[in-house]
Amino acid sequence: MPSNNRPEQAHFVASLEDTPIAAIDKLDESQKARSTWADAWASMRRRPMFWISAVLILFILVVALVPSLFTSVSPVLNCQLSSSNGGPTAGHPLGFTRQGCDVYSRIIFGTQASVTVGLLATLLVTLFGAIIGALAGFYGGVFDAIISRVGDIFFAIPTVLGAIVLMTVLPDRSALTVALVLSVFAWPQVARIMRGSVLTARNSDYVTASVALGVSKFKILLRHVVPNAIAPVIVIATVSLGTFIVAEATLSFLGIGLPSNIMSWGNDIGQARTSIRTSPQALIYPSLALSITVLSFLMLGDVVRDALDPKARARG
Amino acid sequence: MLWYTGKRILQMIPVFFGATFLIYFMVFALPGDPIAALYGDRQPTEAVLEQVRARYNLDQPFIVQYLLYIAGLFQGDFGTTFSGRAVSDVMASAFPITFRLAMLALAFEAFFGILVGFVAGLRKGKWFDASALVVSLLLISVPTFVIGFIAQYLFGVQWGLVRPTVSGAAPWNELVLPAFVLASVSFAYIVRLTRASVSDNLSADFVRTATAKGLSRRRVVTVHVLRNSLVPVVTFLGVDLGSLMVGAIVTEGIFNINGVGGTVYKAITLGEGPTVVSFIAVMVIIFVLANLLVDLLYAALDPRIRYAK
Repeated sequence: MPSNNRPEQAHFVASLEDTPIAAIDKLDESQKARSTWADAWASMRRRPMFWISAVLILFILVVALVPSLFTSVSPVLNCQLSSSNGGPTAGHPLGFTRQGCDVYSRIIFGTQASVTVGLLATLLVTLFGAIIGALAGFYGGVFDAIISRVGDIFFAIPTVLGAIVLMTVLPDRSALTVALVLSVFAWPQVARIMRGSVLTARNSDYVTASVALGVSKFKILLRHVVPNAIAPVIVIATVSLGTFIVAEATLSFLGIGLPSNIMSWGNDIGQARTSIRTSPQALIYPSLALSITVLSFLMLGDVVRDALDPKARARG
Repeated sequence: MLWYTGKRILQMIPVFFGATFLIYFMVFALPGDPIAALYGDRQPTEAVLEQVRARYNLDQPFIVQYLLYIAGLFQGDFGTTFSGRAVSDVMASAFPITFRLAMLALAFEAFFGILVGFVAGLRKGKWFDASALVVSLLLISVPTFVIGFIAQYLFGVQWGLVRPTVSGAAPWNELVLPAFVLASVSFAYIVRLTRASVSDNLSADFVRTATAKGLSRRRVVTVHVLRNSLVPVVTFLGVDLGSLMVGAIVTEGIFNINGVGGTVYKAITLGEGPTVVSFIAVMVIIFVLANLLVDLLYAALDPRIRYAK
């Protein structure tokens, strides 16, 4: 015997007169459709960590572009050996290096080199890795097989180890060579991520639809696949900016990064290590500047990842 | 498993030759006189240069040079240092020290990293989780050499708790502080990885099944959640070996440890190109082999890997 707990069926059926078919199919057009990017922006905007890192990064970029705004003391001229390793005095808030130069001024002027290498390396790796990865993932076949095997080989050499070898044999060193050398060993990571992401996007319905419509393969890749596959690459790019700055500082600290006539935090930290017992300030403050910069980019990377990866966002 | 092992070993062969070829190519086939570039500002006498050129078979075509180098590798000839000592000789005395330092660092980062990450993952959103995240982010942003100097300055110089530098034989107790320094960045990554993995697994179907079977919370969490959360951490440990090697160069340099890293550090700062290149080639080979091991371990831990495709 059927249970009588269920409500009568008629209860669920709205009469056609009340709801016209057009109204059922109608989309809510009062609000604009939001893309992934608009969604991501909306979620980032709400996080204090985004604003903290954004303000810090903006500040660091301004310091890198116009260091003279922040100090009137020259980092190289008027260095008095008499004030070597000296503590803070009026006008020199962070004390002096072993050469008697102003620590604060050297930190301000050293920003440019570190940030340039970081940005340049990130740009190179992201562009090259994304293009190679997208082509390999989209066209597949022999090209993909070759690229993946070549990538494996570069991937097998840890970035900084490979960079040490290359920097040892390179005759001239500059911000560009350091960035190039780091990119040589770092691109496979981006290429792998892009390839995987493109492989997923390639099999989606909107791509099949474009093929059916007769859109050319290259145009499908450019207009439909890449925009839908680029998000993970953006995330890895933001995070790797910080790691490239650390890598440059490590190389400079070892004495094979930027040449010593270019002011950089890594160089200054390397030079201050001999006098750490007598004047730790010459080592601590550039390290602090370096760490804050890296931290800002890592925080931004965290926020961007959470915003672009809804799965991570749901995890909270 | 046997089939998987064979496949992985076969895949490693081209990577091994490719990576060694790449390093060899970078050093010897770039434009300019490679030997002069290797010695940088400290050019040796013409007689030494001649000897080195002959050693690396630079009168032969490039591919022959490389093949002779590889043939040497298989006979245990890894090249010579700046001062003419065989790299394998130096390795024999330096490698055990670095191995002990790396094992100690691995033990620290794995134990504390998994512990902190596990607890943070279980208490997501609580204060312990929040502070673990902040500390890990801070540790990642401070480069190893800065942590090394600060640790050396505070513990060694200011407070006098340990010797600021490690003595020749590198006894275990003197390696504790350098190992902590070496482990610091990876520790932070392991905390974040374990945390994410634990909180993912907490809502996995197999955990719900285990709970539904009536297992105690303790058993569900330690056996089902923890074991499954360790799989990505094991893969990370393999990739991480690369940064551990770079970290060893810096850490052993700072604490004056006579290991492989310390030897490379001294060679870099003294501009001794040949030593740097031959040692790093050996490090890359170790890295490739270690990653093969990790892949096999990974497959042993997670049966899905070995049966996939």
